[in-house]
Amino acid sequence: MASKIKPAELLARTDHRPPRTGWMDTPVVIREGMYCYASNPKSVEYVGLPNARAWNPLEDDWKLPENWQEILHEGFKERLERFRTFKVFMDICVRCGACADKCHFFLGTGDPKNMPVLRAELLRSVYRKDFTAAGRIMSSLFGKHISGARELTMDVLKEWWYYFFQCTECRRCSVFCPYGIDTAEITIMGRELLNLIGLNIDWIATPAANCYRTGNHLGIQPHAYKDMLDFFVSDIEEFTGVTIDPPQLNKKGADILFITPSGDVFADPGTYTCMGYMMLFDYLKKVYGLDVTWSTYASEGGNFGFFTSHETMKRLNAKMYAEARRLGVKWILGGECGHMWRVIHQYMDTMNGPADFLQEPVSPITGTRFENAKSTKMVHIAEFTADLIKHGKLKLDPSRNDKIRLTYHDSCNPSRGMGLLDEPRYVIKNVCNHFYEMPPNTIREQTFCCGSGAGLNAGEDMELRMSGGLPRANAVKYVHEKYGVNTLGCICAIDRAVLPALMDYWVPGVGVAGLHELVANALVFPEEEGPREMNLRGEPLGAEEDADEE
Amino acid sequence: MNVNYLFSLATVVVLIVLTWIGVDTLGLKGFFGIIIPYAAVVLFIVGVTRKVLNWANSAVPFRIPTTCGQQKSLPWIQQDKIDNPSTTIGVVIRMLFEVLTFRSLFRNTKAKFKENYRLSYRWEIVLWATALAFHYAFAVVLLRHMRFFFEPVPLVIRLLENADSFFRLEFFSPYFAVGLPGVYMSGLVLLGALLVLLGRRIFLPQIKYISLASDYFPLFLIIGIAATGILMRYFAKVDILAIKAFAMGLLTFNPAVPENVGTLFYVHLLLVSALVAYFPYSKLMHAGGIFLSPTRNLANTTRAKRHVNPWNYTVHTHTYEEYEEEFREKMREAGLPLEKE
Repeated sequence: MASKIKPAELLARTDHRPPRTGWMDTPVVIREGMYCYASNPKSVEYVGLPNARAWNPLEDDWKLPENWQEILHEGFKERLERFRTFKVFMDICVRCGACADKCHFFLGTGDPKNMPVLRAELLRSVYRKDFTAAGRIMSSLFGKHISGARELTMDVLKEWWYYFFQCTECRRCSVFCPYGIDTAEITIMGRELLNLIGLNIDWIATPAANCYRTGNHLGIQPHAYKDMLDFFVSDIEEFTGVTIDPPQLNKKGADILFITPSGDVFADPGTYTCMGYMMLFDYLKKVYGLDVTWSTYASEGGNFGFFTSHETMKRLNAKMYAEARRLGVKWILGGECGHMWRVIHQYMDTMNGPADFLQEPVSPITGTRFENAKSTKMVHIAEFTADLIKHGKLKLDPSRNDKIRLTYHDSCNPSRGMGLLDEPRYVIKNVCNHFYEMPPNTIREQTFCCGSGAGLNAGEDMELRMSGGLPRANAVKYVHEKYGVNTLGCICAIDRAVLPALMDYWVPGVGVAGLHELVANALVFPEEEGPREMNLRGEPLGAEEDADEE
Repeated sequence: MNVNYLFSLATVVVLIVLTWIGVDTLGLKGFFGIIIPYAAVVLFIVGVTRKVLNWANSAVPFRIPTTCGQQKSLPWIQQDKIDNPSTTIGVVIRMLFEVLTFRSLFRNTKAKFKENYRLSYRWEIVLWATALAFHYAFAVVLLRHMRFFFEPVPLVIRLLENADSFFRLEFFSPYFAVGLPGVYMSGLVLLGALLVLLGRRIFLPQIKYISLASDYFPLFLIIGIAATGILMRYFAKVDILAIKAFAMGLLTFNPAVPENVGTLFYVHLLLVSALVAYFPYSKLMHAGGIFLSPTRNLANTTRAKRHVNPWNYTVHTHTYEEYEEEFREKMREAGLPLEKE
């Protein structure tokens, strides 16, 4: 499903010049293709969030509680006390504009309210009026334009809802801000406030409810989860000729619990990454006796609570430690995912720790102590695999990926919330012979978002997604034309879900692959006889010439 | 015409006119020379203290640094110790670079569509250079003014003064009275940087769009301060000794209005007082806030060390028991292990 608007049309109307009317005088127009459907009341109710009801953002009446302004005011006040980030970021912006053209949504839409500084001003203007003496006095003397302080009206609220769900919390603006003002943090607070009166989008509310109930956002029940993994076992055998054992599920006493986003289990091309993990673990089991279990209860790494409220995030995240404790594993290994890792890295131990029932992670194969995960006891699979390769524990034949001319998309959260930059590159360089970096201003900590993260990967907001993904696609297009790049590698399940649509739209001819799909293709099993003929996708392996013949 | 900068400009003009009338016509020298400066300092101290305490009173529940480089992970992977610090020393260095060199702003790029809508990113150094020039020039000007408050003038201040006036701008000399020392670079740089910063806000459409009156006001105010300072030094030739006696009087709580000091001095003093008083209640507090910014002042060690949230509370979670209760039959059929058969 692609946007109804053709790429050329979309580009032609992307104008970065601001409109003639000031932003306070430009009313919000909720436009089709640019927003996600309102949350389904059942989902809102299931996770115990307030004001569950059917509503439609296009209608005038949003069916809000009578005292919604009061609820938001109290919520605002409470969050100012609870989060120094919020309070400091409300006070210290000088509107220097360094962040303005760093946001992919601004670059792609040209809508000035997508400049991070203005996104924050949407909250800040109300903060000034309600929580600062200077703002109150100035606004009563000279009005909202001079004071920059305005009342929280229904129009302002609509603006909040529209624009806080046009931010993917990617933090790129924060890299450039001289004070480290993080718009992701502002958006998180904005969305928390909106959730207090039951305003969310369904692509967040329903996955959150699913995660709560079944353990994963797609609502896959335990038996189906097992079926899917079993199905991959037969696929792997069919395509690669390698026979692997089905992954162990819910096994008590295993060494390691593995948790990956359920997107990997469900949708192509994430499924190939999932097969990649399975092949790697089977290899490690056969050669080194590694004992890994997967869980159906904690079968989601991605945390949709993160897009709802800190409390919901904590409630969903709790399953990881709870399951590790129940199964009695030594430590936890996490799959390739973006927000999942932001939550694991920066929130999990604080919210649901201490994980003193687990052991400090040590690779049973190389003996490497993952000191950077000493407290959380959770290691990223890129760290784990890079360490295996460095110690020569994997037999790899990178020429099997020769058909692939790869570039690598740093997923926002691992890069700007952890600093996981070189581990995946090290792995790539060992499993892939043709690797080309995108321009420096578009990778590593300056990486561009896929445009569909933070719960925005719905079908109905496709225009927003294609606009937001424009800067990412543009950089891919550059290496596609310059080096003939045909594959975009990534370490995020949302990326794998949404980048194919983005590539089809802007850079046809470029596919998307997770890191461990490439690892598994290159991995030579001990019993493997003769060369492999197909990759995990059932496509013939072969030299570059074959690719050119297409 | 933009109401925001007109309002700000008008405010500064009104302040100047009021001082002129107050001092020249009404003779309120004591009010403008003594009461207002004291009031401004009190407002400053109270305001800054309250603001910082207010920030400090809010919790830092999570450790959420923005990482701008490689994390500390495996021993053979080189960590970016400044932009992704894992030690307190690393954090201190990161903060020093932020505060002293505006490191994050130094990264600034400008995005633009080129032919065929190819986005290109150009390194954008103007804002960084101007901001840095402005802040350092202002700091030097401030330090130089310390000579009014010390007798004898400390060596450091004298050295700074000498360095500041090291370059003699000879081509100015015919226009200035004989006997003046060299031209202070800091004053000219300050004024120049302010004009560039103001020009950005007036002429760059995006920056103009996001600017509020509170962005223009301090610019006009400081331009007024710099301009009156320059006028006094090079053109009006105010009585420096009288001003120094006045400043020392203020400092030792033994204030007396200076004689033979023109109204221009009072204007300068009022604008400075206005800036001092305005500081804590405005965006100028970024000077304090930058030190408290949790995306910059924390080490990226959240997986290595536990960080405690002071208001963490227990939440209701969906337990494994509840889960198995709901799916037991299906799990049994699929051959998945069960806690309760």
